[in-house]
Amino acid sequence: MNLTETRLARLRGRAMPRNHDARTISALAANPGCARRALMDAAGADKQKLAAHAGYPAPFGQSQFAIGRGNAFETQVKANGAAQLLTLLRGHLGLDIAEAHYTDLGAVGSNESSELRHIRTRQRLTAADGHAGTMFDHPMLRLRVGGRYAYLEPDLIACKLHGKFYVVEIKSFAVIDGQADPAKVAAAAIQSAVYVLALRDLLGDDEKVHHEAILVCPENFANAPVATGIDVRKQLTVLVRQLSRIARIEDLLATCPGDLTFDLDPDENQVPRRPPEELLASIRKVAANYVPECLNTCELCYLCRDESQGTTGALGRQVREDLGGIEYTAQALALAAGQEPPPDRAEVAAVLVRAAKLRSELRPAPRAGLS
Amino acid sequence: MTLLTSLARVLAAETGRAQPIRAVRHVHLSQRPLVFIPLQLAGEACAPLAAMVGDDPGKPQMLTVYEPRDRTQRFDFAAGLADIVLGYIDGYTTADPAPDEPYPDAPQLLVPNGGGITFTRLLGRSTRFRRTEGEYAVKRTVPLLGRWLSFYAERTEAPASALLLPMTAVLADHWATGQSEAEDANLAALLGWIDPPDGMSGPQAARAAENPVCCPPAGPATDPSFDNEVLSARIGAIRAARAAGDGAALHRAQVAMKAALATQLEPTWKLMWRAVGLLRALPEGDHVSGRWKVDRWAFTSHVRWLRDGGAPQPRRDGAVAAARKLAVLEREAQRLEVQRAYDDPLVMAEYRLTGEAFAGTVTEADPARLDTSGRRAKLRPRIGVETGDEVLAQPGAKLTSPARPNQDALVIEVTRAGGRTRVLLELEKGMGRSLTPAPGSVPAVGERVTYTTLRDDFQQPPVFPAVEDTPWTHGGPPPAYVPADEDAVEEWS
Amino acid sequence: MSTADASARAERAIEAILADMARAERGVVVDSPPGAGKSTLVVRAAAELAAAGERVMVVGQTNEQVDDLTSRLAAGHAGLAIGRLGAQDYAPPERVARHHNVRAERSLPGLAECQVVLGTAAKWATASETAAWPWAIVDEAYQMRSDLLLRVAGLFEKALFVGDPGQLDPFSVVETERWLGLSWDPMSSAVAVLLNHNPQVPVHTLPVSWRLPASAAPVVSEAFYPFTGFTSATGPQDRALRYNTRAFGTNAVDTALETAAGSGWALYELPARHTLRTDGEAVRACAALAARLLERGAETLSERSVDPLPVTPSRVAVGTAHRDQAAAVRAALAAEHGVTDVVVDTANRLQGREFDVVIMLHPLSGRRDATAFHLEAGRLCVLASRHRHACIVVARAGIPELLDAHPSVEPVHLGVPAKFPDGWEANQAMLAHVSKWRVPAG
Repeated sequence: MNLTETRLARLRGRAMPRNHDARTISALAANPGCARRALMDAAGADKQKLAAHAGYPAPFGQSQFAIGRGNAFETQVKANGAAQLLTLLRGHLGLDIAEAHYTDLGAVGSNESSELRHIRTRQRLTAADGHAGTMFDHPMLRLRVGGRYAYLEPDLIACKLHGKFYVVEIKSFAVIDGQADPAKVAAAAIQSAVYVLALRDLLGDDEKVHHEAILVCPENFANAPVATGIDVRKQLTVLVRQLSRIARIEDLLATCPGDLTFDLDPDENQVPRRPPEELLASIRKVAANYVPECLNTCELCYLCRDESQGTTGALGRQVREDLGGIEYTAQALALAAGQEPPPDRAEVAAVLVRAAKLRSELRPAPRAGLS
Repeated sequence: MTLLTSLARVLAAETGRAQPIRAVRHVHLSQRPLVFIPLQLAGEACAPLAAMVGDDPGKPQMLTVYEPRDRTQRFDFAAGLADIVLGYIDGYTTADPAPDEPYPDAPQLLVPNGGGITFTRLLGRSTRFRRTEGEYAVKRTVPLLGRWLSFYAERTEAPASALLLPMTAVLADHWATGQSEAEDANLAALLGWIDPPDGMSGPQAARAAENPVCCPPAGPATDPSFDNEVLSARIGAIRAARAAGDGAALHRAQVAMKAALATQLEPTWKLMWRAVGLLRALPEGDHVSGRWKVDRWAFTSHVRWLRDGGAPQPRRDGAVAAARKLAVLEREAQRLEVQRAYDDPLVMAEYRLTGEAFAGTVTEADPARLDTSGRRAKLRPRIGVETGDEVLAQPGAKLTSPARPNQDALVIEVTRAGGRTRVLLELEKGMGRSLTPAPGSVPAVGERVTYTTLRDDFQQPPVFPAVEDTPWTHGGPPPAYVPADEDAVEEWS
Repeated sequence: MSTADASARAERAIEAILADMARAERGVVVDSPPGAGKSTLVVRAAAELAAAGERVMVVGQTNEQVDDLTSRLAAGHAGLAIGRLGAQDYAPPERVARHHNVRAERSLPGLAECQVVLGTAAKWATASETAAWPWAIVDEAYQMRSDLLLRVAGLFEKALFVGDPGQLDPFSVVETERWLGLSWDPMSSAVAVLLNHNPQVPVHTLPVSWRLPASAAPVVSEAFYPFTGFTSATGPQDRALRYNTRAFGTNAVDTALETAAGSGWALYELPARHTLRTDGEAVRACAALAARLLERGAETLSERSVDPLPVTPSRVAVGTAHRDQAAAVRAALAAEHGVTDVVVDTANRLQGREFDVVIMLHPLSGRRDATAFHLEAGRLCVLASRHRHACIVVARAGIPELLDAHPSVEPVHLGVPAKFPDGWEANQAMLAHVSKWRVPAG
């Protein structure tokens, strides 16, 4: 282990490093400016657990109905040697793949390691040149994330046609009259990009993996699947950028105290013993970049939101921008009330004074006016 | 967002109370709107689970789907909803107006949030193509409901329409809270800032509203822990009772499921009516009734279309229909922007802040001034307005005053001295036909006036080709739309 | 590449386009990078079609642009009967009116004798003829919205569409996702919709820029035209910007001007700070640079003339992202320097125009966060590709950090092609380039 890895291991403490998956890797792009999140992700810390123990459980949960629906759809599409999928791909890619093979690369025994499966995946994928069309289910891919290999066990099918691989992503949200929830498609696109990248890495040749991923979703209100191509070239550049950022984690580490740790001090039953206030204090030693968008993406959101009360950023990026980069709401109000501004805030202060004047001119008796 | 709104947010955050950002209400609010709160099963495109509907705060009607994956039960839900919604709509069409008049009033639907709009659109989409005879026949009212819900959902894209409103968006347009826009999407939290319960501050009420146990989400998505801990057991009990053929147990299980879902709907029902009350307390903006008339016309046209046997709306717009609709939306959006500013000094203040409008006092007036440079003398009064606002307008600019929207004011001269600006304006139109201005048509010395570059000019509506003349650049004339069998029998699973 | 080679390449490209037009079923699309001779092509194609006996309608987007085309066509083809179709309040400017072969009318009947008729798309859309014209030439077709094309396309049988795909996309004041993914989405560009329905229509690219100097063409080409690319028609020795008076000591404004004269670029960098959009310091810097450039008697040497030509105020532009920024720069120029005729405008309004020197208030300067608007590749491309000699970027330090922290999560719509180049990448590439000529503000 090099120095960086040692430091990251200390940060994580006794917990097992949390394995990255396509979802967590794609989440790296959600708020790259956040040092707290970047460090925790690089160290493989379990943000969900940390947030809960610090007293701010994450607001995310998943309904079993949604999970059930997702699994049922995937099972249906992959049933009988992926018969439905094959029909779709024939239509979508306009290719004659009547004789497609279906190969399941899922774990052989219960104790086959990820690494072994990855090697087996590589052997089968590189040896597959002769066939007209081959679909590989459950390939074991890997990607280097912040100095460690993350093993990706996607429920994905890599489809090889005429020497080129396509990533097939099966999702259970509906495509209705050709349109789908853009946020969900975006999430699927960046996850597909993770697989494209890992697959390119595995094959050692970018040209062998197509930049168009094939999204398979239920169509309209029924269960019948429909395939849509999505160009993930943009998502690929974003990922490469974020992975190279996280590889430069030393710079961030250098700004933290050397003895900093997020260890939970678990007992023999894995129950944390570390006092929550102490954990919270450690977490707060690394700066966060809270924005309201975090509420949808980060397990630590409630913790960071609480800590950013009183900042203009907590009210949204737009408010912060409108106020010319003033950091605190109290400062904004003081300037609006006519307090002498520091020289570098004179301009925004003048505008705030005018705005406050207009407001009081038009709302002479506000319920809670400028004090 | 603008600086004034951002300042109001900061003020709200510091005072713990939402700040009004509008002086008037900018949407029409019906005397008895129909509140519609749908819930759907997680993971599905549009699987109704339950709904609370009604136009009387004291009498909510509840619809429940005991087996959300069952096609027949879904259509039963649609039929039940149709009875309520169509009955409500029929109440507005009892007496037909003259052919060149719209109905005197139109039915207004209120849903909690944007998700409610999406649900309405999808439920409309999944029912409007259904057939009432042959295979997979549904009740007569189901495809009719589909056409109505599709109509309402489409109207929400018109920025000035109030036929179907998402409550969170309406509230957030009138009040600034001390939280972010993202958090304002939670109806309970938003109302917590605007009208917190006694003894609570805005932020306290908003935080409490984030706890799904005491404040269930306003739908259509349910709280995942409710799904996992309550709903799944209730559905399981129903399935078990049905499998065992135990009628009494089935009834008990159904009652229990309905009660469980009611706990998820009732709090939102109360919030919706509280919000209606808050909005009703605001005075209505001057142009609101004019915009509502456009809505009444849209409603009237749809009633007439349906009476003429109107086919269901197509899945997507054709090239000509899309361009035509975009032109209408853009025109309405432009007009709405102007009307809101004219109706509301707080909206106009945004423009005063950026220099696109100024308010001041008339310090001099020459109401009888004639321009004799041409062959015929023309009445061209001049007034001088003094203002403390920033003025961006340059000589030659044409301005308008909300108080005299039909009058043009040409900027002649702008002079600045000691933080005050004097603007010399030359007036044209809106003063009667003679060479002396009609009384009150020229602002008098001492009058407070506002002038702005915002104008609602008449524009010739654009001419588009007929559908059958769609040019080759846009795919040529499309085949005539005939509702296909596949639309009618489309699975809903 | 020598200028002669460039001419030969451009000529080959134009000949290929004209040849394709001669056998086209429906039309031809020509992508024209900044200053690649778009107007020359339009004028030549119109004249050749007219010479072959075809009547041609020319569709522009603004009166200004149509007047330019009209005067160029009239000047080059004195024997051609040209019509200028104008709206009710249109009065031909001097550069159009002085040509005897141009007739201006408000409706088509009065122009029946004209072989080529030019007008704005909005005016053509009111014409009530159908398919009366064998050929149309549509200029700035990437900035034309497809719903406007729908209104004029019934007038012609075949068309040449010319435009710059790297500039700003058309936009709408209405936000709706209703039509996304439709092949005839009324909010997308005329070219996109046309090609969706007519994939057989050939797409050509003009290969050389006559406007951009050798210092700018490679970086603009790589950042904004990654798939097609173009080169400069002129070499590094063909152009020069110089001043008639010397700099004062080590004044930062003068240093920036010298840097720009020497390299074609300068980054006038103000200290990092988050500011209002109308950042006073940045606004004053833009005004000071423009005023000082004129004050020092800037002049240019180029292939256009053997003698140096003075840089007049109308040959200098200050480009901004927002209207209020432009207003503030205009006010500062007038109040502090008494300069009123430098062109100060937003990227949207500078599209299609050309200057000797452009001063750009960087869209991301002083911002805490970027939005899709501020990152839009087309906006930066317009600002970075209007100049013949030099471009000076005014920005606060800190943009690299802003880009680095920018969340890369954009919604994805099915059926809507991904737009290239990516705004983030383009911004990064441009900034990396101009940072080589960084001049810290004094």
